[in-house]
Amino acid sequence: MANKTSNAPLLGETFVVGLWRENPVFRLLLGMCPTLAVTAAVKPAFTMGLCVIFVLLCSNIIVSLMRNLLKPHLRILMFTLTISTFVTIADLFLRAFQPRMSEILGPYVPLIIVNCIIICRAEACASKNPLLVSIIDALGMGAGFTLTLCVLAAIREILSTGAIWEITILPAGFVPWAAMRMPVGAFITLGLLLGLVNLATKRKA
Amino acid sequence: MDTLNILLMGFISIVLINNLVFTKFLGICPYLGVSGRIDMAFGMGMAVTFVVTLSGTLTWLIDHLILIGTPLEVTRYVCFILVIAGAVQLVEMYVRKFFPSLYESFGIFLPLITTNCAILGLCLFINLWEIDNLLEAVVLSFGAGIGFTMAICIMAGIRENLNLADVPECLKGAPITLITAGLLTLAFMGFAGMIR
Repeated sequence: MANKTSNAPLLGETFVVGLWRENPVFRLLLGMCPTLAVTAAVKPAFTMGLCVIFVLLCSNIIVSLMRNLLKPHLRILMFTLTISTFVTIADLFLRAFQPRMSEILGPYVPLIIVNCIIICRAEACASKNPLLVSIIDALGMGAGFTLTLCVLAAIREILSTGAIWEITILPAGFVPWAAMRMPVGAFITLGLLLGLVNLATKRKA
Repeated sequence: MDTLNILLMGFISIVLINNLVFTKFLGICPYLGVSGRIDMAFGMGMAVTFVVTLSGTLTWLIDHLILIGTPLEVTRYVCFILVIAGAVQLVEMYVRKFFPSLYESFGIFLPLITTNCAILGLCLFINLWEIDNLLEAVVLSFGAGIGFTMAICIMAGIRENLNLADVPECLKGAPITLITAGLLTLAFMGFAGMIR
């Protein structure tokens, strides 16, 4: 771990970049399908985020280890095969230990295979960088993605049921907005959030 | 007559009521990326329709003839993604040989169909809904493609007009497209009570 302390600031920066400056959802517009689909409540959104972190971490490790063996025209295929192997592992794990979550998330767990974030990080980072940088990058990007999912899910869950993480927080007089649980709520909340993020970054610049 | 009825119902259901883009959030990336011009959107929709029909049929066959009932079931996702990648490669070669001008205007988007979640999503839904006859699987896959084409063309039409509208600075681009899509899903919810 001597390596880690010597270039710690650089690695720390790689981690933070994924959280905000290159946040996969808000800034790069990657991985929109799961972002919209699983954010009706915080719990499934958080589970989804953890699955993506696991798959991203494992695939970045493997791709980084085999980056010198890759042939250019076969690399996308190799990435996809690596990713789908780890997604299968994640799916089987969820089905065995979290059957309820597995049922709620349904086909969106296997759909992590075609989540653009993972293949984009494999292509843009892991296939060019050594192991440690790839690991930190995967953690940063994964954390950024999970955070975004949770924020979006929290807004939608509070407005649609008055609860967060299935604990009621709003007073009983609150009338739930059923629309927030439906696709409409997902699209419009994300649209407005993206607008807010644009506004915030404009101010700073 | 009865089978025809079921097939027709399935087709209408996947095009209008369970439209992949509006109710299942699949295929959002090309939906946001390519829907700028209506002719590009239509070409993209056609390519996706072809790939989704082919891969929906093939994955159903592989699933039912080889995988189900054997320990190989754990390799399902790997098989599915390989079939899709192969089908996309086929389309790419065909388009490059016979429609070179179309091939050039597509550019990067053609190989990207592989990672279009609508296609893998449909294969998984066919598996999840336990469709147990080949004809139904073919009709559903074709209907999914048509539904996608319809959604992306509607969106392209709206966006061509949106260019002329006065949108607040911070909402330009993706945010306003997402909000428009939200309003469209609201419209499509009107179809929800049509069958059953």
